[in-house]
Parts: sequence; structure tokens; C-alpha cells
Amino acid sequence: MSSFKVNKTIPEINERIRKGRAVVLNAGEMTALVQKLGKVKAAKEVDVVTTGTFSPMCSSGLLFNTGQEPPVIKTSKVWINNVPCYAGLAAVDGYLGATEPAEDDPLNKVYPGRFAYGGGHVIEDLVRGKAVHLRAEAYGTDCYPRRKLDKDVTLADLPNAWLLNPRNCYQNYNVAVNLTSRTIYTYMGPLKPNSRNANFATAGQLSPLFNDPYLKTIGLGTKIFLGGGVGWVLGAGTQHNAKPPRNERGLPLSPSGTLMVKGDLKQMRARFLRGVSIVGYGCSLAVGVGIPIPILNEDMAWFTGVSDADIQVPIKDYGYDYPNGLPRVLGHATFEELKSGEILVNGKKTPTVPVTSLSMCLEVADELKRWIEEGKFLLTEAQDIIPSV
Amino acid sequence: MSEKPHGEVQKGFRKIVYLTFPPEVSGRPVVCNLARLFDLSFNILKAEISPRQDGTMTLEISGLETDFHKGVNYLKENSVRITPVAQKIFRDEDCCIHCGLCTAMCPTKALVVDKGTRKVLFEIDKCSACGLCTRVCPVQAMAVDLDENGRN
Ligand code: SF4
Ligand code: SF4
Repeated sequence: MSSFKVNKTIPEINERIRKGRAVVLNAGEMTALVQKLGKVKAAKEVDVVTTGTFSPMCSSGLLFNTGQEPPVIKTSKVWINNVPCYAGLAAVDGYLGATEPAEDDPLNKVYPGRFAYGGGHVIEDLVRGKAVHLRAEAYGTDCYPRRKLDKDVTLADLPNAWLLNPRNCYQNYNVAVNLTSRTIYTYMGPLKPNSRNANFATAGQLSPLFNDPYLKTIGLGTKIFLGGGVGWVLGAGTQHNAKPPRNERGLPLSPSGTLMVKGDLKQMRARFLRGVSIVGYGCSLAVGVGIPIPILNEDMAWFTGVSDADIQVPIKDYGYDYPNGLPRVLGHATFEELKSGEILVNGKKTPTVPVTSLSMCLEVADELKRWIEEGKFLLTEAQDIIPSV
Repeated sequence: MSEKPHGEVQKGFRKIVYLTFPPEVSGRPVVCNLARLFDLSFNILKAEISPRQDGTMTLEISGLETDFHKGVNYLKENSVRITPVAQKIFRDEDCCIHCGLCTAMCPTKALVVDKGTRKVLFEIDKCSACGLCTRVCPVQAMAVDLDENGRN
């Protein structure tokens, strides 16, 4: 016997989605509803809560197959638009990492480097339908005699192109400040000296893993919104921390859970997959990810009722501590404070600067909401759990 | 909001302009005459003289609107070319992802996050065309074109 007052199953919710009767809210609307009605009533009323995030996610990339043309080739070195790919796989398979800069990029030689074009930009160009230049070298074998390949290809020409991201959707992140006396250029953006700005990431109350902090409904096989199309959760991402310190709401107090995700690039849209250049740091890919959370019981209503005020983000010094691997936390700021435009760092008022586009996060959550309301997107049952305690 | 909207104070007229001085003018003190002859105050945001002795200057001018126009005419009579900064800076609206990173660097608060919509507003009137945002924007949505002679 279940100890919950509300009990729903995913097949029941899907039945309502098919009939166009499911009640779907975005994570912001759910927060307001739970505050108004309480978790039990909210759980009775709502079937699905949609979350969304849109942020640079460096651990992203494209797994692709270039196809053969006679004489055939076993590619051992591959470049797309002069961005090196990993080719140590079978014949014409390759992997293009989002942070790989073009081979002739001056990097940080002229500091801070611009990193104008890299793997993330190639992915965006492909999704936009642009032709990219594929170059490959091979040592030649009896079965794969060709040694060179040089041609323009589009996404449509590639037999397979899957976005395969080993670490996305970080659950909580740091607020970055710089306590040194010179400007530094980090993956969290430029940080002015003496903590004159505090840069923060994540989508707050819209963020997928803040709405299901123990990953009770997310696991291998969870169907999601990925880059404007459909994607899948494959399991925990790299660096997944299953046992972070948590506050009384169960929300991690430091960067913790991560997801590995996959989806067919051919159905994605460039609005939700953008190559980015982070000055002085490198290239990356901004990825839109939206995860539907089924409201199976009042616990899930309570979790999805999370508000920006509940989320505590650790403040860290990226000037000295972070580069030297020192774990010092200067304090926590709530996401609500971060959004207000100013926080206190060591007692000093510091303007905050977002790195994650919150308007795009909302757009992701709302688009997923529309798909479900229109009956186009059904929920799936996770086939394996992701550890989280 | 601590700033008063434009026009509320009598001397509230304020505009940022970009001046180009041909070599024969760049040595003469025409700009300080704005204050002397037209009662305008100005704030030099950026100034440069090229090896060929062309001068460029980004100037924030404030005072009475009528005096501003007189002053601008005076500059024009002295062969100074005037371009409103608004024509020099550009945001590609389709490209901007409203992340907010540029707000860290913008010295004039021309780029600010709207607390309600969480979109990044760009108030071109406040922009001094310093170009700092173009370096930090991760998607190159901000473009400044201040370079008429192929320099930067
Ligand atoms: S940094 Fe660029 S993309 Fe981000 S808000 Fe500013 S202009 Fe838009
Ligand atoms: S150029 Fe960019 S950073 Fe400089 S004032 Fe204008 S908007 Fe702000």
C-alpha cells in the first residue's frame, strides 16, 4: 500500500495526454500553484511539470558517421571546418567535441583569446543546414585503400549525426567572483578585480534537476526536449555526485547531479543549440534541455514546488581558490538574491551577472509544455535509476 | 531608478556622438569651444589620433537641446564629421540569446537585464560605443563599427 494521498502512474498520465486532458504547468507556474494550494491539492490537479534550461554545456558533442564513397576509407584523422574531431573509432565514425577550437585558432596567445570558431559552432552550422568542409586522412589498408577525403557536406548528407553529451544539466552551480586585483577571463565570463561582479549560472526554479532533486523520475530512457528536438537521458553524466550536502528541502548546496543525454541532431533547431565563444576561455555549445516531471504523488508536487528563494548557490573565488583547487566557499546566495541584481560577497555589495539565459530557459519549458498539451510528446518510464541520496 | 527621464530637468539633454577630425582640424581646440561658446558640458569617452593625424573622439555632450544643435553646427562648420553613436553600434536581435554576460562589462548601463522578462535590454541612447560588449558577447550579437579608416 502506498503511503501517498495522491497516486498516479505514467501510463495514466499518458492516457490523459493522448486525450488532450493532461494538466501541464511549467516549473514557474507550479511553484505558484503549490504555494497557493499546498502539495496534495496541487498533485491532484497537475499531471506534468515542464522544466527547462539553456546554457553553455561544455561536455557536449556530435557523434557522426560520414558515409563511404569508393574507394572506401578508414578515417584516422578528421576535421570539420578545420576543427579536429576524434576518429579513433570504426571506419567513418567520428566525434566532434563542443569545446575543440579550430586548428589554426590563436588560442590565448593574444590574451584574452576570442575563440571565434570551434566544435559548438560546427554543430550550430550543421543544424542551420549550412555546408561544412569535411577533411580526412587515413594510412590506407588493403580493405580501406583511400588515404584522403576532402568535400563539403551538410547535415542531410551524414548518414548519422547524434548529439551525445556526456555531462549536461548540472544540478546547482557556483557563483563566480574574483578576489584578486586583475580582471580574469573564466568559463563563467570575465570577472572584474576585487569582486566587482558575481557571475551565476543555472536556471533556478526552472532547472530540471532542482525540480527532481533526488532524480526519482529521471533515469535511463527518460524522454526529454533536447536542442529543440526530442532526446533521451542515458544515465548519470560524468562527475555526477550522488551524495552532495543538501539543505532541508533536499536541494544540493554545491554542483552535484549531472546527466548524459543523446538525441538525433537532424530534428534539432539552431535556436536551442548555439555555438558560443567565451573570451579568454574557449568554445562551447549552449544547449537547451527540458525535462518533463510526472506528478506521480504529492512528494513530486512538493519537489516541483521549489522556488528561487529555496535554492542556495555557493559563492567561489575564481581568482585564486578555483585555479588552485581550493574548496573554500565564501558563502551562499539564494537564486532569488542572484536574480535581484546584487548580492553580498564578504559583506560587500556586488552586482550579479547571469550566464544562463533565463528567458530562453522559460522558452524551453514552455515549448515542451506545448508539445505535451498537444499530445505530441508522451512521457516514458525510466528503465534504470540514477543514484542520488 | 535614480536617473530622471530625459527632458525632465531643464539641462537634461544628453547625447553621445562620434566625431571625426580631418588632419587640419585635429590640432585645433574646437571641442573646448563647445563649453566656452555654447555652455555645453562634455565628457570625453574615447579619443585617438592616427599616425596620419586624423582624429576621432567619442563625446558625451549635455546641456540645452538648442545649445547642443548650435554646438553641433559649429563643429560641422569646422569640418568635423559627426555621427550619432546609435549609428555605430548594433545588436543583432535574432542572434542575441539574452544571456546577460555583456551587462558585466557595459560601463554606461546601456545593457541591463529586465527583472521581469529576464531579457537583456539595449538602450542605445546610453551607449558610448566603447566596444567592451563585443568582446564578451559569446555569440557576437553586438557589433561596433567605429573604424572608418580600417583601424580599430
Ligand atoms: S552577451 Fe550577447 S547574447 Fe548575451 S545578452 Fe549580451 S548581446 Fe545578448
Ligand atoms: S559599446 Fe557595449 S559595453 Fe560599450 S557602452 Fe555600448 S553597449 Fe555598453
